[in-house]
Amino acid sequence: MVEWTDFERATIQDIFSKMDYEAVGPAALSRCLVVYPWTQRYFGNFGNLYNAAAIIENPMVAKHGITILHGLDRALKNMDNIKETYAELSVLHSEKLHVDPDNFRLLADCLTIVVAARWGKAFTGDVQAAFQKFLTVVVFSLGRQYH
Amino acid sequence: MLSEKEKKLIAEILERLTPVAEDIGSDALLRMFVTFPGSKTYFSHLDISPRSAHLLSHGKKIVLAIAEGAKDISQLTVTLAPLQTLHAYQLRIDPGNFKLFSHCMLVTLACHMGDDFTPVAHAAIDKYLSAFAAVLAEKYR
Repeated sequence: MVEWTDFERATIQDIFSKMDYEAVGPAALSRCLVVYPWTQRYFGNFGNLYNAAAIIENPMVAKHGITILHGLDRALKNMDNIKETYAELSVLHSEKLHVDPDNFRLLADCLTIVVAARWGKAFTGDVQAAFQKFLTVVVFSLGRQYH
Repeated sequence: MLSEKEKKLIAEILERLTPVAEDIGSDALLRMFVTFPGSKTYFSHLDISPRSAHLLSHGKKIVLAIAEGAKDISQLTVTLAPLQTLHAYQLRIDPGNFKLFSHCMLVTLACHMGDDFTPVAHAAIDKYLSAFAAVLAEKYR
């Protein structure tokens, strides 16, 4: 089981309580599709992903970004049981969506960078470490049921 | 693969960072030490506490080398030749750490540049840092 320090719990809750889901979700997913273009393979039916501007303005990308970000709320409310929390979603991503679990890490990195850009200097090394630890656990849990 | 546009963007961004190389470099290093503690093992002989002289000078060295390489990316192998030898035969830092540092550089840039660190800029710099790391590790084996 993952051990969280008080600082980590408080920091992670703080980051999400200040999160503008409608802005950060779309920004993180679109950034991932721009920086790692091969991830577009999973979004063949999302319409125009032809260039960075198109991706950033794509309403389906935006909507999905918000959905994904809210998906993290579950882990937030169950920090002591993240693996179980995502068991079903892991099976879904493996057996139905066929997403290479490496992509979860890429998206997590993009999310970190979007949050960092919004927080600026307040996103210290300690805050980054706590946030990345949380995302690492989520990423691991989402990949856990692949076989 | 870097387009001409991207090379230009990279050179521009890194030129702007050169005057604050110390701050950017030490910030990225510190983030790496906190987020990926294994990376600290290469610095047991230095004082890497926040704002220490060692951390500032080391951070500055790294960012200036990255900026220098950006001036002519097609010549990276030539520009980095001495650093390649240093890392391969003396420092022998596991190249996995280059990725970790690159990630922390990106986070530092995001904090520093805010909205100016657009997805296109992010992609360009990420590609450059990957190329830089690959060239740096070329003499390892």
